[in-house]
Amino acid sequence: MANAIIAERLGKTYGSVAAVVDLDLAVPEGTVLGLLGPNGAGKTTTVRMLTTLIIPTSGQCEVGGIDVIAHPNQVRRIIGVSGQYAAVDDYLTGYENLEMVGRLYHLGKRKARKRAKELLEQFELTDAANRPAKTYSGGMRRRLDLAGALVVQPPVIFLDEPTTGLDPRSRLGMWGVISDLVKAGSTLLLTTQYLEEADRLCDDIVVMDHGRAIAQGTAAQLKAQMGGERLAVAVSERDELGPAADVLRSVGIGEPEVDDQAREVSVPIDRGTAALVEAVRKLDAADVTPTNLEIRKPTLDDVFLTLTGQPAEEQEIGGTP
Amino acid sequence: MVLEAANDGWVVTKRNLLKIKRVPDLVIFSTIQPIMFVLLFAYVFGGAIATPGVNYREFLIPGIFVQTVAFGAGVTAIGLADDLQKGIVDRFRSLPMSRGAVLFGRTSSDLINNVFTVIVMSVTGVIVGWRINDGFLRGVAGYAILFLFAYAMSWISAVIGLSVKSVEVAQSAGFIWMFPLTFLSNAFVPTSSLPPVLRPVAEWNPISSVVLALRDLWGNAPAGVARGTGFPAEHPIGLAIGWCLLILAIFVPMSIARYRRAASR
Repeated sequence: MANAIIAERLGKTYGSVAAVVDLDLAVPEGTVLGLLGPNGAGKTTTVRMLTTLIIPTSGQCEVGGIDVIAHPNQVRRIIGVSGQYAAVDDYLTGYENLEMVGRLYHLGKRKARKRAKELLEQFELTDAANRPAKTYSGGMRRRLDLAGALVVQPPVIFLDEPTTGLDPRSRLGMWGVISDLVKAGSTLLLTTQYLEEADRLCDDIVVMDHGRAIAQGTAAQLKAQMGGERLAVAVSERDELGPAADVLRSVGIGEPEVDDQAREVSVPIDRGTAALVEAVRKLDAADVTPTNLEIRKPTLDDVFLTLTGQPAEEQEIGGTP
Repeated sequence: MVLEAANDGWVVTKRNLLKIKRVPDLVIFSTIQPIMFVLLFAYVFGGAIATPGVNYREFLIPGIFVQTVAFGAGVTAIGLADDLQKGIVDRFRSLPMSRGAVLFGRTSSDLINNVFTVIVMSVTGVIVGWRINDGFLRGVAGYAILFLFAYAMSWISAVIGLSVKSVEVAQSAGFIWMFPLTFLSNAFVPTSSLPPVLRPVAEWNPISSVVLALRDLWGNAPAGVARGTGFPAEHPIGLAIGWCLLILAIFVPMSIARYRRAASR
């Protein structure tokens, strides 16, 4: 399968600040690549380079087989871009916004109008079609912006933090829309700071931090790097921690970790629910009553913590260049 | 290619004009302001210099027109800074549209605003006693120079709008340089009343050339009021057109270059 997006040793420097350093990407046609990282990791800069908005300081990139730096205008014909801040004209209605974008793709008046109506319907904006975008909610603006990116049904779509700032319901709606795009065969590159989002939407994930790719793989592969599942037992009394740790040692494959503060013991396991069942029996026999008992699968949060030494959320300082 | 560029420019112009329709307050204030200027200048300054046999009010009106369209062109800076800040320029730049379309669309819609302002001012002017005295054709020629000048000023303003970091800065940076430019001219006072050091500056000021050209074409430059000396006084029409073309020749390419850079920050 051909790659729809390729970046080779791509870099962008602002003065002495390196926003992106030696980034390599390869996104096969019809797949979704997630750029995952905190604010300031270089995700937006990467998208802006790939979408012809800024010129890289070093390296090469291709979209749809076209050299982005040499032929930006040809690239613009085959991409759709939806930015971090919905680039919607407040004073135009939803319909006018989309019609304008269609006209600027040179669809011609009639086709631009027809396409605007189709998209409004597809994104459930028909009722608000003739209201100025200023009156739209955050979720509606995002959908309108995304619709603007899809006017010519581009084969390659870039979405920069498509759900940042949306409420949970709007986010779910946006995920549905994005999944549909993928089913329709588009190649997608999306950036996100949400681990759950990358996990759910992306075939392949590149974790970025300080302008560099620090890990790459499927969500499952990244989680596997963290070791497998863990069995965790929480108890109500501190003196139950000792017996609980003994039980877990016998069902697990390593030394249990005891968290005095949380009154919790956990251990790595390799037998899944079988280990859980055995632990329940032994805990009962030892007269330990757990307040919580669960198998923990590693999350991408754990991945981030391990890779960068800090949780993704706590790194949210500084702006995105 | 040319057709596509014209289409893109028109689409952007239309988009900018729609904003005026959506924000009716804008129309109200852009109507009140020129009326107010004509009345204030005509009645406050109009009586200040009493020259026997000269209608100073008529002398003043072209100056007010030129000053008002210059300030009207300052709006270009705000519009562009706003589009840059809101990310709309990013959207435009990711589309396969022609490079200058955003700038041509913006300067065109601002020119249309200025035309509207001038119509309002002209009607007000006629009410307070201003007349075009030298016939229809010279009247039209005067308006043509006035609009050419307004358009040229818009492009200076475009460079400012693309150079500043925010709308707030554009709001002051877009206008502040216009005060010395418009007041150091013959727009409101005869240049002969200025200190000798400033006189040549004011006489060669593009604003003075445009104002004098309008006065000559419209028959608003009475013999009793000094019109300055030398080349600018003798060839105001040619000089006014020359200034406008020179401004366009410098600032159109400069804006387009800035647009590419500003957007690729």
